[in-house]
Amino acid sequence: MAHAVEPEYTTTGLNHRKLLMWVFLGSDCLFFGALIATYMVYRGQSLTGPYPIDIIDVPVTTISTFVLLMSSFAMVQALAATHADNKRGIVGWLVATAVLGAIFIGFQVVEFNTFKNEGLTLGGNLFGATFFTLTGFHGAHVTLGIIWLVAMAILANKGRVGPNSALDIELLGLYWHFVDIVWIVIFTLLYLIAGFDAGPAAMPGG
Amino acid sequence: MAAITGVISRPTSYAGVWSWLTTVDHKRIAVLYGATAIVFLIIAGVEAGVIRMQLASADNDLIGPGRFNQMFTMHATVMIFMVIMPLSVSFFNFVIPLAIGARDVAFPRLNALSYWIFLFGAILMHMAFLVDQVPDAGWFSYANLTEKPFSVNRGLDYWSISLLVLGSSSVAGALNFVVTIINMRAPGMSMMRMPVFVWMTLITSLLLVLAFPVITVGLIELTMDRNFGTHFFIPAEGGDPILWQHLFWVFGHPEVYILILPAMGIVSEVLPTFSGKPLFGYPFIIFSGIVIGIMGWAVWSHHMFTVGLGPVANSVFTITTMLIGVPTGIKIFNWIGTMWKGAVEFTSPMLFALGFVALFIVGGLSGVSHAVSPSDFQQQDTYYIVAHLHYVLFGGSIFGAFAGIYYWYPKLTGRMLSETLGKLNFWLMFIGMNLTFFPMHFLGLNGMPRRIYTYSAEFGWENMNQLASLGYIVLFLSFVVFFVNIWQTRNARRVSHDPWDAPGLEWSIASPPPAYNFAVIPQVEGLDQYWIDKQKARDAGTPLTEPEALVDPDSIHMPSPSYWPIFTAVGVALIGGGLLSHYAISFVGGAITMMGVIGWGNEPATAPSDHH
Repeated sequence: MAHAVEPEYTTTGLNHRKLLMWVFLGSDCLFFGALIATYMVYRGQSLTGPYPIDIIDVPVTTISTFVLLMSSFAMVQALAATHADNKRGIVGWLVATAVLGAIFIGFQVVEFNTFKNEGLTLGGNLFGATFFTLTGFHGAHVTLGIIWLVAMAILANKGRVGPNSALDIELLGLYWHFVDIVWIVIFTLLYLIAGFDAGPAAMPGG
Repeated sequence: MAAITGVISRPTSYAGVWSWLTTVDHKRIAVLYGATAIVFLIIAGVEAGVIRMQLASADNDLIGPGRFNQMFTMHATVMIFMVIMPLSVSFFNFVIPLAIGARDVAFPRLNALSYWIFLFGAILMHMAFLVDQVPDAGWFSYANLTEKPFSVNRGLDYWSISLLVLGSSSVAGALNFVVTIINMRAPGMSMMRMPVFVWMTLITSLLLVLAFPVITVGLIELTMDRNFGTHFFIPAEGGDPILWQHLFWVFGHPEVYILILPAMGIVSEVLPTFSGKPLFGYPFIIFSGIVIGIMGWAVWSHHMFTVGLGPVANSVFTITTMLIGVPTGIKIFNWIGTMWKGAVEFTSPMLFALGFVALFIVGGLSGVSHAVSPSDFQQQDTYYIVAHLHYVLFGGSIFGAFAGIYYWYPKLTGRMLSETLGKLNFWLMFIGMNLTFFPMHFLGLNGMPRRIYTYSAEFGWENMNQLASLGYIVLFLSFVVFFVNIWQTRNARRVSHDPWDAPGLEWSIASPPPAYNFAVIPQVEGLDQYWIDKQKARDAGTPLTEPEALVDPDSIHMPSPSYWPIFTAVGVALIGGGLLSHYAISFVGGAITMMGVIGWGNEPATAPSDHH
């Protein structure tokens, strides 16, 4: 990044790294798709409690979902600041994105802990296994994004991020927005739709 | 951390062991992939030999049922993930940049990382032999046989975690080739001017990128069941073993095309070259490949006809499976059309390509017979299936790979493989293959199930099994001939850059290709560009006899070697190894991976002071 950026010839005019990121996100779609499919297949199949209606707290997770969505706004601002070559703006918005992401993870830690205390574990029932696996892998994606954000913020603070390297921020943004969108799907399915499921008997056709 | 990563000076050597450990040159990485695949081919071949020895006579007790389960599990797993796939990737690496007129792949260091993760993942799985806790649930490892109560030792953990490691390597490699092919074609090479092998690589890579995440989820769930107390696939706790089958085959069927499409691509290069005329129906072959790539996602439940998914599901998957035979049939007619009225030369690569077409037809026909679900009820889990899958994978993928090896070997090394030994290799392999696998059709229809370690004489299966085991010996000899052929090339005559009068751009440069591939990036005016160039030169009265002239390598900036790919790969392998031994090792591995990524990020792809 310290070295000059040479425009390189590509057949499509798209940058290699940008294309790589898009194809990778396509791959990650299938990853979350399979995890979500597992959750939906096992919806209402738990033989013992706790069931979603016993522990899912939609209002609390609505707040953390809002926080995560706001982090996407901060991410957009960080990219705008990069194009504008506004160093303070870049650092500030990157840190803001990371902090909002960290608040989301904080909510998740508290949520996991509460659920555990209420008896939901990986091995307890299928609901626990599928819930923790899916949201856990999503949390891992967010955590990786936070590390990436912090790394870029450090580089930006050293003055190594500017319009020439806007692509670095753009790729980070693509990843971050993708992880956000996945959460919107998870929130809708696991909380808004399946969050009120009672035991197996209460399921339609269950 | 940056201080640490800054201290290690960049590797500069282009010879010796270090140069291989740090190389980012696609041609060297191709050699690494190919050589590793051949080593695992020997291992898998030995495992097949043990299986054939055990089954050669009725009531044999050479090895017990436990060991037999390990042998067929590892034979299939190794052949699929550590032989055919890396062999294909080896061809991708060597051929793709040359065929599209590029100097390297889009991400040379990522390419090196893919190789090292693959190597370490493969070694990790074979550690299972050292602790004698070998995977033994078959290559599709059906739940709930794979769960703790039925598979007590750690064999299945070795299997699932190593496959997760290998999968990350495959996806990284495939991402690289998607970007390379879409974005690095020489000026003028539109999509419909790409050689067929490049097209098939693109489709295969997209399948890899999309299919592997699905098996990744399945493997994660299996690993969690076995290690962290979940019950994804345990019926007693509400879990559903059928979900594993769905996850596995949603990956597993595209995987079948991942294994065969590269071979189809190779054959589509070899047949026109030795027929002396362009490929017949190029757009049909391309669109057939695309249709196969898409429809490959809609046929997975034909592996599960006897599970009891119901008549509707079975009918739907019967229909889609019959339909996917159509594009494959189109390709076969096009290959035959290519040879029609051509000046066919029966060289070794051509023989292997013809063997591919013939054997793949046999495998395809038996495939159609179990695409029909009622008929499949008779064939499911019998040797008929074993016969079918070996006709398409051995007769298909392996024959295709051998056609490719014989075809591109002079480009890779500048030396010819012996034609005499090559033909001997082909005939031994062709006869051995049919002798081994054709009798299995009869065995299967006579009721012999797969995966039984022995059978009693009264079933009447002994003669056919003896024939199959005899065939193994012939196959064994064919591989010996192949290795002798490779060995003898160290003294073989050097050949011109274009010994086959071939159409692809890779033949326009010196053999072996210089590090920078093309001194001048070629302009592409149509399909089969080098044929166009040669025709133009002949018309002008100055036939092309020399490759593109070599230039001073210092004048072309190439990506520099790097320690970080192998360093990062060690970290990734340790994460997997830690899950199999002590979790602390996983954290060390994670730290190493992190450090590798930071060092990688701080290192420019091309060292500014490095003139290579």
